[in-house]
Amino acid sequence: MSFFPYVVAAWLFVIGLYGIVTSRNFVHLVICLAVLQSSTYVLLLSIGYRAGGTAPVFAGVPVGTPAVDPVVQALMLTDIVVEATVVALLLALALQLQKHADTLDPDKLKALEG
Amino acid sequence: MKRRGRLIFFLLSAAAFAGVYLWGLRGLPAVGHYRGPYGDVLNRVATYERHVTDIVTAVNFDYRGFDTLGEEFILFMSVIGGSVLLRRQREEEKGEHRDDNLADESPERQAPQPSDAVRVLTLGLVGPLVVFGLYIVAHGQLTPGGGFQGGVILATAPLLVYLAGDLKKFKQITSHTLVEVGEAVGAGGYLGIGLAGLIMGGAYLRNVAALGQTGNINSGGTIALINLATGLEVAAGFVLLLYAFLEQTLEIRLRGEK
Amino acid sequence: MSLLAPLPVVIPLSTAAILAALNKFFSRRWSEGLSILATIATGVICGELLLQSRMQPVIHWFGGWTPRAGVALGISFVIDPIGAGAAAFTSLLVLAALVFSVHYFETVGTLFHVLMLGFLGAMCGFALTGDLFNLFVFFELMSASGFALCGYKVEEPESMQGALNFAITNTVGAFLVLSGIGLLYGRTGALNMAQIGRTLGASPDGLIITAFVFIMAGFFIKAAVIPFHFWLADAHAVAPTPVCVLFSGIMVELGIYAVARIYWVIFDGPFTTHRWALRELLLAVGAITAVAGAVMCFAQRHIKRLLAFSTISHVGLLTIGFGLLKAGALAGVALYVVGHGMIKAALFLVAGLLLHRYGGVDELELRGRGRELRATSIVFLLGGLGLAAMPGFATFVGESAIMDAARSMGQGWLRAIFFFSAALTAGAVLRVWGRVFRGMGKGKQAQAAGAKHIQENRETRGAGHNIPAVMFAPAATLVLLAVLVGLAPGAHHAARTAALLMQGRTAYQARVLESAWIPVVSSGQEHAPMGAGLAWSFAATAAALGLAWLSLSRYWPGKNALTRPLTGAVYRLRAIHSGHIGDYVAFLTFGVAAYGVILAFLIELR
Repeated sequence: MSFFPYVVAAWLFVIGLYGIVTSRNFVHLVICLAVLQSSTYVLLLSIGYRAGGTAPVFAGVPVGTPAVDPVVQALMLTDIVVEATVVALLLALALQLQKHADTLDPDKLKALEG
Repeated sequence: MKRRGRLIFFLLSAAAFAGVYLWGLRGLPAVGHYRGPYGDVLNRVATYERHVTDIVTAVNFDYRGFDTLGEEFILFMSVIGGSVLLRRQREEEKGEHRDDNLADESPERQAPQPSDAVRVLTLGLVGPLVVFGLYIVAHGQLTPGGGFQGGVILATAPLLVYLAGDLKKFKQITSHTLVEVGEAVGAGGYLGIGLAGLIMGGAYLRNVAALGQTGNINSGGTIALINLATGLEVAAGFVLLLYAFLEQTLEIRLRGEK
Repeated sequence: MSLLAPLPVVIPLSTAAILAALNKFFSRRWSEGLSILATIATGVICGELLLQSRMQPVIHWFGGWTPRAGVALGISFVIDPIGAGAAAFTSLLVLAALVFSVHYFETVGTLFHVLMLGFLGAMCGFALTGDLFNLFVFFELMSASGFALCGYKVEEPESMQGALNFAITNTVGAFLVLSGIGLLYGRTGALNMAQIGRTLGASPDGLIITAFVFIMAGFFIKAAVIPFHFWLADAHAVAPTPVCVLFSGIMVELGIYAVARIYWVIFDGPFTTHRWALRELLLAVGAITAVAGAVMCFAQRHIKRLLAFSTISHVGLLTIGFGLLKAGALAGVALYVVGHGMIKAALFLVAGLLLHRYGGVDELELRGRGRELRATSIVFLLGGLGLAAMPGFATFVGESAIMDAARSMGQGWLRAIFFFSAALTAGAVLRVWGRVFRGMGKGKQAQAAGAKHIQENRETRGAGHNIPAVMFAPAATLVLLAVLVGLAPGAHHAARTAALLMQGRTAYQARVLESAWIPVVSSGQEHAPMGAGLAWSFAATAAALGLAWLSLSRYWPGKNALTRPLTGAVYRLRAIHSGHIGDYVAFLTFGVAAYGVILAFLIELR
């Protein structure tokens, strides 16, 4: 069981890619991208986990108690903000696409061939 | 490529990709056996050096504060980018007179009026939400929380006003200029605090404010200040983004009637 | 610690914040003036950092967190000549783009300049940083600004499609990079590049190979190396001209820079005994990219898309240069980036000029229209010759350095790749020159084989009846600079010294973690291009000219039995570039898997 979280991270990445490749709707595609991004959360957090460790917050807990890694948690905060902003930009693009091309289906967009 | 061909091509590649990924993951230490020096060193020294009890905030706003500055600007640029991408085009400017009444006009496409229960609940929650958001922002250096988390909570307060069906009030609250300026001031404030560190301490983002006492709300020196700047920027940024999206969505709905 | 080091990031970003705050109050003049000033200031500071870092890398620890006992607590900027040079070059190109967009370009209040300044700050930070996660953050900042700038023309659905393709593929790449960083962090517990490099040990195992493949693939997506290159042509076909200038001129090249930096600081330790494996992979990938890009380039009629494919081809050449893993070749890559960047930027600016003046960038529609533009015609012609790496241009100096290193390692066959790429890409550009500025190419055969017509709308206001000086001057200046750098006597020597500094892994680590002084590196005697190199370059230029003339004349063979296999191959290659995001990501997955499997086999089983 001690490698299972890593397998979950790999699975999330692959399933996100699958969703993107087979998507028929750009909004669905963007959410699949978000799934792909969450694979990195699982990876980072599993790496920083210490069995039996407490949260890296020492309010009322003496310094020196075994705690999990605070650095990955800080990285994850950054990661989440990055994801949210990228999703926002992509959805804005999808919205304008719907408005002007009347479709959100990648199969129907033929303008950029060749 | 045809759909079938693409799928098969992808599935084969994905299998190989997963194989490579798992092969690499084998080299990691087992989950629960974190070894590396970085986190352990910081867990031990951060409280002494910076008088904060939330080490994650210390890492975010002090030890790796430059990363967080970059991340704030990612949010900033994305909001600006969103405003640019969702801007009104020339044809839409002609519908300017509709502006004072952003609600749908056609009876078939009218959004249902929210029930009284929804209105009471949402409007009642706005106040506590703002207080809660400010609480989270201010206590970032003591307990889990901080500028980002609190800022997002603050940003949902105007959204509740919109959900209550009060579009005019929503537009008033999110008066465009103030929110834009607020966002830029938050981002610029972070840069400015860093600059103060450069001028007074020789290193960008050096913590040059009084550190205060561990456990107090104003501990951590510049960590607390950066927290506030970040909270302002995140809240304003998300409000701007929500406003831009809502405007465009309503525009699409209106356009659909033509 | 250097006080100047954070400024290339702080100045653009704070100017962006100021412009955004005063969006409703600033007039256009103020916005343009302030952003141009900020860019010039950034460029000057980067130049100063370049001079300061010639002997020792300049270090700046943010927050004052210097490392303790070899453990880095904070984030550092580690500025060496190649990094500072990249940042300075970025400032130059952003300046050219901003000058081009003065007065005529349709800006959205101050927001266009805010995005451009954010882009500049991000690229400077990207080039200067010494921390792996900080690299990722600036990568994402660069991407966020880039996506918005790419999708700038929101009224055109092609714009949205191109921007979506760009955004989705690059975001997948970014998260590949992050996964690789996570793997490295799990092994070493560090995020500082020097510290990771030190802790990684001397032999590659599964984790190290996978981490390298992920990070390299992620950055190769940004760099548009095959099979990750599909997004570039789409993005360039739809992005406004100043943005194309930056994409092709420096953003793509920064992907190669990142792989080089990460390889030499972090991965060269474990990979030292297996360099040959990496070399084989990179040379093959680079060669395929160069050839495929060149062929696709020749088959286009939309000028910006044509230039985009030529960028892909030249990125293939850069990958070859890096893949040789030798200091001389790395120096060549640096010079080639500078030369190619300036020339490509100038060519895009001329395309933007044509768009402003005539309302389109389709090669066939513009036939003969440019005959009245004398000076612009000369600039475009010189750009085409520079792409062929004709002696006299910086591209030639770079290419000859790379070929010298290649020959010294028995890889002389790469000469053929350089020749092919030069002949076809420069040939395409010269064909455009002949058709647009000279009115050649009347016959029916002289068509760009069945390429689709892509509509491009105006991006400027005021239907141009003249050529504005602000649009012409940057293009002309850049081409002139490309010649100046090509003829400068000390350029090659300086590049070689910088490359040796970049490759010195142990010295770099000691400098960052212990503030040790690096012993002065000597780069050997001054190298002069040998006769064979000169001859080959002239031959390639002649071939490009000949190909361009041939394709415009009536002797160009149409579709007949002899050429059918060739046209069939080109048709199939074209069909792969379908514009469909699912295809792109499928190829992306295939590429990462292929790199990983190939590298794993080469290293583990031989």
